[in-house]
Amino acid sequence: MENSEYLEMFIEESKEHIQSLNNQILVLENEPENMATIGGEIFRSAHTLKGMSATMGFKDLANLTHKMENVLDAVRNDQLKINSDIIDVIFQAVDQLEGMVLDIADGGNGFSDVGDLVKALQAIEDKEEPIKSNKQSATATSQNLNSTNSNAIHFGQLDQFELAVLDQSDENGFNNLEVKVKLNQNCLLKAARVYMVFEVLEQIGEVIKADPSVQELEEENFELEFHVLLVTKDTPEEVKQKILKVSEIEEVTASVFEQKIEQKDLDSQAENNNEQADNNQQTKQGENKSKTTKAVGGKTIRVNIDRLDGLMNLFEELVIDRGRLEQISGNLKNAELQETVERMSRISGGDLQNIILNMRMVPVEQVFNRFPRMVRQLSKDLNKKINLEIVGAETELDRTVIDEIGDPLVHLIRNALDHGVETPEIRKTNGKDEVGRLLLKAYHSGNHVFIEISDDGAGINREKVISKAISNRVISEEEATQLTDKKVNQLIMSSGFSTADKISDISGRGVGLDVVKNTIESLGGTITIESKEGKGSLFSIQLPLTLSIISVLLVEVEKEKYAVPLSSIIETAIINKSEILNAHNKKVIDFRGKVVPLIDLKQVFEVPSDQQNDEFYSIVIIRKGDKMAGLVVDSFIGQQEIVLKSLGDYLGNVFAISGATILGDGQVALIVDTNTLIN
Amino acid sequence: MEEVMSNHKSIIIELNKEEYAIPVEVVGAIERMQHITRVPQTASFVNGGVLNLRGVITPIIDLRSRFNMPRIDPTDSTRIIIINLEKYDVGFIVDAAYDVLDIPEESIEPAPEVIGTVDVDYIAGVAKVGKRLIMLLQLDRVLSQESITAKGIEG
Repeated sequence: MENSEYLEMFIEESKEHIQSLNNQILVLENEPENMATIGGEIFRSAHTLKGMSATMGFKDLANLTHKMENVLDAVRNDQLKINSDIIDVIFQAVDQLEGMVLDIADGGNGFSDVGDLVKALQAIEDKEEPIKSNKQSATATSQNLNSTNSNAIHFGQLDQFELAVLDQSDENGFNNLEVKVKLNQNCLLKAARVYMVFEVLEQIGEVIKADPSVQELEEENFELEFHVLLVTKDTPEEVKQKILKVSEIEEVTASVFEQKIEQKDLDSQAENNNEQADNNQQTKQGENKSKTTKAVGGKTIRVNIDRLDGLMNLFEELVIDRGRLEQISGNLKNAELQETVERMSRISGGDLQNIILNMRMVPVEQVFNRFPRMVRQLSKDLNKKINLEIVGAETELDRTVIDEIGDPLVHLIRNALDHGVETPEIRKTNGKDEVGRLLLKAYHSGNHVFIEISDDGAGINREKVISKAISNRVISEEEATQLTDKKVNQLIMSSGFSTADKISDISGRGVGLDVVKNTIESLGGTITIESKEGKGSLFSIQLPLTLSIISVLLVEVEKEKYAVPLSSIIETAIINKSEILNAHNKKVIDFRGKVVPLIDLKQVFEVPSDQQNDEFYSIVIIRKGDKMAGLVVDSFIGQQEIVLKSLGDYLGNVFAISGATILGDGQVALIVDTNTLIN
Repeated sequence: MEEVMSNHKSIIIELNKEEYAIPVEVVGAIERMQHITRVPQTASFVNGGVLNLRGVITPIIDLRSRFNMPRIDPTDSTRIIIINLEKYDVGFIVDAAYDVLDIPEESIEPAPEVIGTVDVDYIAGVAKVGKRLIMLLQLDRVLSQESITAKGIEG
């Protein structure tokens, strides 16, 4: 099941539709007057979602979407006035849908108790004008009218929405066909044939229901025959011919499907049929529109991330071999060979690398797009008014970074809303606009991506931070007097810190900001805070574009080679022994007017060595934020592009080593984690 | 452990003139000695490092150090046995690797408790095959970080 092509597509598309629901409903809340256009979008997403989940046999999912769709439909047709309560319920429904889809993605079956929400939605629906409340029964009625009491043997009881779809299509000139497909007895891969048949069917129409269910079909849980209920514009004969093009199909019959359901309340509702037809008309128009938009946007393909990762791995191998070739050709000094190798390096190092890395780039939008919802909810919970602005959502970042950056951002936004932006009353008294402003901004700069979160709230209160820090023993009182504003701001990211007088469940107990900082640093990024009291704060995150291929300086310590990431190096220097000073038993040097402590890699890495008395020291000056340090090494080998590899689970975390890489000669060099060295 | 023991096919390795058996199904490859990059801080107790094994960084453990035997310089017969475990691969440096041997189950006896003063939880049993005495390694104990660390502190 998990491997099923359908399922993956279903999950991906469902996620997209759920996201689009989220976005559009937010827009709707802000501009209820644009109901006509926005409502259409929302309705289409809900409708597609419903159809897909019904086809896949996820009953609860389909059921909930169906109810939601009813409410949305009423809203769209001006039978229901949209208000914040309705939006809340719809959001809850969307949340639950998302949960169910995620459950399915994790291999679950998407079951969930949707009873409460269905009731809530039903209640909203029932508030409509009396005439509307009959709408659903109307659907049932019209089906009942043509019921002939015989054939639905293969499809059991059709759900209400399945019936509704059939009904709609009927009235719009589509054929509801019952297709019986019989596979050849010798067919080995039944599931594959079924898949091919479904692919054909999906090209010509929409599959409403299958018997056995799609799930069972995929698990080859059937004999040779299966039945499909199809909505299409093609005639039965055309459908038949198209399916027969799939090999190993023995027999296809296609006939017009007639609904047969026990006749229930036949009375009273026929009058509503006209109105029903009107609705159907609109729905269909909506659907047609969405089909056109899809066709226009279609110059992309969906690729499984595993394949991209596979490609990346192979490319990494290539980079390693390239390094090796360069080394060999350098030794051989054969002009022709050198030329070829140089050419190859240019291609694989430049263009190919760019293309492959770019393929893994995803717009930060993927992370950003969940924030509007979150901000809306939070501002409600906190009774604050907040206007969230997002700039640069199209900025791209490596997928691995995207996956990690979500939680830290959530935390920072929660923090800004909870601690930063004041309540409307306070804002008013302070002469600010009642509505607080939160700006989320992403942009490229050099080899980095910056993400900034700024608010126009209270900013960081220096005195408060310092007194908190002292009472929480983060710093001592003497230290406090000498702190620069910048240092004070950094304090709020140290562990065991919380400036909110009351601990709230929004941004927690202050254990979070240091976690945020650690996560970002583990991604090779940095975070800085600027703040003006009363004016607001700015959290700025700097992230590397990619994590897997980095530029390093290779250095030698005795016989061992280490790689120092170029991004953390300021410069290299060779200094005379006499320039080394002692300060408080620590070796330091005076580097461009700054006192820089020296770190001897030999000691840190316990490199076995015999003598140590060189006249000159080779030093790599590294930095972390505004702190600097000098790494003492034996010699510099040179700059190189390397592929970052993990040391593996068994060795786990080794102090001051962030990973390993394979050099041109096939040996492994360890990558120095400069961030842990400076502390 | 019963399952592992009931499987008799084992690769026989030599360490400090004694023979040990590793179940053949976990052995991924036997490599000649090659350059091993020392990894700081792991070195003290396993004389360990990492190796580039066809593009995969593989941790290497010197079994002599692990078993508290005197260290020797690699010779021509020194081999690296690559063990495939569920989550990761790991390599053992051994003095030599010999044949694959069928060890009859009835020849296996529990590890003698008198073997020495050291706690030998990494020996699953001892087998007598002809005149050879072969010790069966219990790999999860050999690799267990806690017991290594404990040893490291003791030593």
